[in-house]
Amino acid sequence: MNYEAVIGLEVHVQIKTHSKVFTRVGAGFGHEPNTLTDPVVLALPGTLPVMNKAALDAIIKAGLLLGCDIAPACKWDRKQYFYPDSPKNYQISQYDQPICLSGSVEIELPGAARNVMGEHKKIPLTRIHLEEDVGKLNHHATDSLVDYNRAGTPLMEIVSEPAMHTAEEAFAYLTSIRNTMIYGGISDCDMEKGQLRCDANISIRPVGEKKLGTKVELKNLNSISYVRDGIAHEIKRQLAVVAAGGTLTQETRDYDGVAGTSQSLRSKEMAHDYRYFPDPDLMPVHVDEAWKAELRRACPELPFDKQRRLIADYQIPYTITSVLIPDRELSDFFEATAQLTGTGRAQVVGNWIANDLLRELGAAKLPLSASKISASNLAALIQLIDSGTLLNAAAKEVFATMFATGDAPAAIVARLGLAAAPTDTGELEAWCRESIAANAKALAEFKSGKDSAINAFKGPIMKAAKGKANPKLVDETLRRLLAEA
Amino acid sequence: MSSAPLHFQTIAELSAKIAAGQLSAVELTQAIIARTKAVEPRVHAFNSFDEADALAQAVASDGRRSAGQSAGALDGIPVGLKDVIAVAGQPLTASSKMLANFVSPYDATVTQKLQRAGAVLHGRLNCDEFAMGSSTENSAFGPTSNPWDLTRTPGGSSGGSAAALAAGAAVATLGSDTGGSIRQPAALCGIVGLKPTYGLISRYGLIAYASSLDQIGPFGRTVEDTAIMLGAIAGHDPKDSTSFNTTIPDYRAELKTRRGPWKLGIPKEYFGAGLDPEVGAAVEKAIAFYRAQGCEIREVSLPHTQYCLDTYYIIATAEASSNLARYDGIRYGHRTRDAKDLLDVYQKSRAEGFGDEVKRRIILGTYVLSSGYYDAYYLRAQKVRTLIRQDFLNAYREVDALITPTSPIPAFKLGEKSADPLAMYLCDIYTIGVNLAGLPALSLPCGFTASGLPIGLQLIGQPFREADLLATAHAYEQAHGWNTQFPSL
Repeated sequence: MNYEAVIGLEVHVQIKTHSKVFTRVGAGFGHEPNTLTDPVVLALPGTLPVMNKAALDAIIKAGLLLGCDIAPACKWDRKQYFYPDSPKNYQISQYDQPICLSGSVEIELPGAARNVMGEHKKIPLTRIHLEEDVGKLNHHATDSLVDYNRAGTPLMEIVSEPAMHTAEEAFAYLTSIRNTMIYGGISDCDMEKGQLRCDANISIRPVGEKKLGTKVELKNLNSISYVRDGIAHEIKRQLAVVAAGGTLTQETRDYDGVAGTSQSLRSKEMAHDYRYFPDPDLMPVHVDEAWKAELRRACPELPFDKQRRLIADYQIPYTITSVLIPDRELSDFFEATAQLTGTGRAQVVGNWIANDLLRELGAAKLPLSASKISASNLAALIQLIDSGTLLNAAAKEVFATMFATGDAPAAIVARLGLAAAPTDTGELEAWCRESIAANAKALAEFKSGKDSAINAFKGPIMKAAKGKANPKLVDETLRRLLAEA
Repeated sequence: MSSAPLHFQTIAELSAKIAAGQLSAVELTQAIIARTKAVEPRVHAFNSFDEADALAQAVASDGRRSAGQSAGALDGIPVGLKDVIAVAGQPLTASSKMLANFVSPYDATVTQKLQRAGAVLHGRLNCDEFAMGSSTENSAFGPTSNPWDLTRTPGGSSGGSAAALAAGAAVATLGSDTGGSIRQPAALCGIVGLKPTYGLISRYGLIAYASSLDQIGPFGRTVEDTAIMLGAIAGHDPKDSTSFNTTIPDYRAELKTRRGPWKLGIPKEYFGAGLDPEVGAAVEKAIAFYRAQGCEIREVSLPHTQYCLDTYYIIATAEASSNLARYDGIRYGHRTRDAKDLLDVYQKSRAEGFGDEVKRRIILGTYVLSSGYYDAYYLRAQKVRTLIRQDFLNAYREVDALITPTSPIPAFKLGEKSADPLAMYLCDIYTIGVNLAGLPALSLPCGFTASGLPIGLQLIGQPFREADLLATAHAYEQAHGWNTQFPSL
């Protein structure tokens, strides 16, 4: 019998706000333990939560980006369980009235080749809700220490329908969510910092069967590659159990990304009763049209929409867009530059960015925001090359200097004496005549209609010019002289 | 009136003397400290008392006054707080072993407001553990006695707040009221106690028992003192999302401008079986007074009254089970000395730290929120709660306020009901509906039993119309003067 896997993902995204979700103390990563705390975070007796509007703005924006219905009213519930990372021993969350409903995530599956766009699909969402993050336990030999810096950080949970069937789809889904959240300025989605976390619900069923099989929840998929590997491993494990005549049990399993194995954490019978009930300390939130409209105006173009538009408007290859698109600023930089050079030179712009700029940034370990090259300077550099003033080899040097100094390319060319030379047409014409005279074979070929034969004349000219001849001028001069010859 | 000793005088009297330069805040505070030392061994109203801190505040108050910067009527007045209200640098125990050694690092909003008004915050008052009870016997630090009869309870849960004031160990106090915890002890101790509309007073810094029912409120010797205290603590607080943004009137000034006659409703369900005859008779007399003043008195019905107690003990315990989860021995509070593992830390710390009544309510609340029971209990109770509120709002189409007994019985003997939780819960039968409906209500003295125990009259008002409620009570008080009688201690 043929089986198919059914996968649903629960993705937690930390929202990038200045302060925590229910109090004013700052939120952040990498601070001294327990410095981002206050009486509310530590759940001291008598403290009360107050909703951070910036967190609500962010989740509504996320919902709008993913095409969700924004609930006109939603409430807050207490999810109750005892664990030392949870200061109140309940987590404020949303149980039966989440703020965002339905919506979908567009994904791209791997193409037939690296330079071919893959199939696109829409993975439907069930809901997105807002909750608070918990602290972190650090286990030592004889004791455990708790750091509450993370506790109370706004966190949204994006829940998909069980609508994915392969590890690749799950991987693409997570990648798309990450790109979308980064575009929206909602989260940096750095998995190493726990800003993006993923649990997967996985089951298998015979192909054609509509009912879902026994579900296993896989936890601790805390890097994008663990998501792919962990899910692939779990599907294999389930198929093997069934193939061996066994039965699957509903359970939660913990994935060990280093070992590539998983272990059962708890069975269905051991599942928590969270005793959800509405939090009496918080009022329901009502989202009106004006609020939504304001946030809609702040929504950027989605990554895939931008990719399609760049391909259509600038005629650039898919490969370049797949480099540019994951980084909103990088693709914006491309567009700003291409608008200056004109659409006809957009591919050249793309190449400079995708190859040279990213290489320089990588070598210097700098983000794009630290780049000193402005769109107008990059456009000016391309203009210098196109006009024949600058040769490609010299242009690379000019670019490196631009990256280091931020100076305009014309100034660098003048300073370093990198302009193509000579511009003295008399000297150039002399070299051209010599070259034609010295190669009768090529002359005959050219005359008989073989246009490419012209290249044979160029080498000696360049040699005579010590590499500084303007190739465009050389070509023009040769053609004029050859026509006379 | 001013012939009474300093410790039995009102805020109105004392602040006038302070303003006239006849009395300093230090002198007054010293008098209250001396009185406290004299009566405290018999009454046990306080969990902690910081004499040096109180005197320092009094010195500061006198300094403001001599600089011409008095903050008003409360400047220099010693005010006691129920030990569930946070004061930075002072113990905050909720009368529980769980928090026996806890010192609050922050102030409640009401604490800050009283400090801005210049009050001398001089002690933290005993109560039932986590405000759960009606006799103050559930305190881990021992019960408080009623100053009118030391063998009897002052009521609860804010028994320490009521007893301290009645005994002259404070000029005014704050309590909290979740099901009657201000009004019942006020009735049993012969003073005025007000439970404000839910949302009028910030709950930030009040140890939560049942969040949707809890409300801080003042105790005063007179309605006027209660109005002064309410004015100091009322108002919207951005730190409490359930606090209401409304204009706060000058409650004290309004006492003189708001005059009846009022239309008063007598809820027939509040005068049935279980009402002590002496209490009933005193309340009937008060009703007769209002009638004689030209008030229209009308019988009304609150048909869902019979469900109040059940509804309360589902909602309050559900919220309590969740609110008290934070007391786990991990970050602060009592932690067991011998734990094998994490579960053991939780179980033993909580078993050792909480008293029986608190455990009873946590267990009940956990049960009603459990999977499979939520709809039958919690959700249904919330629906009934809506009906109970609607009963009151229906009555207010006909009348301005309701008039009822506060407690069905006067102060009972210490130990009399402590073995019978249900009998204890019945003490709140007339006060609990008000919390479920979120309404303001106050208790004021309306006489004494033959054996000399105070009797309380309850007036229940409309949402955010405390000014009318206080004026209605003030009219009665002006004509009677029960508050000029003091316990002999």
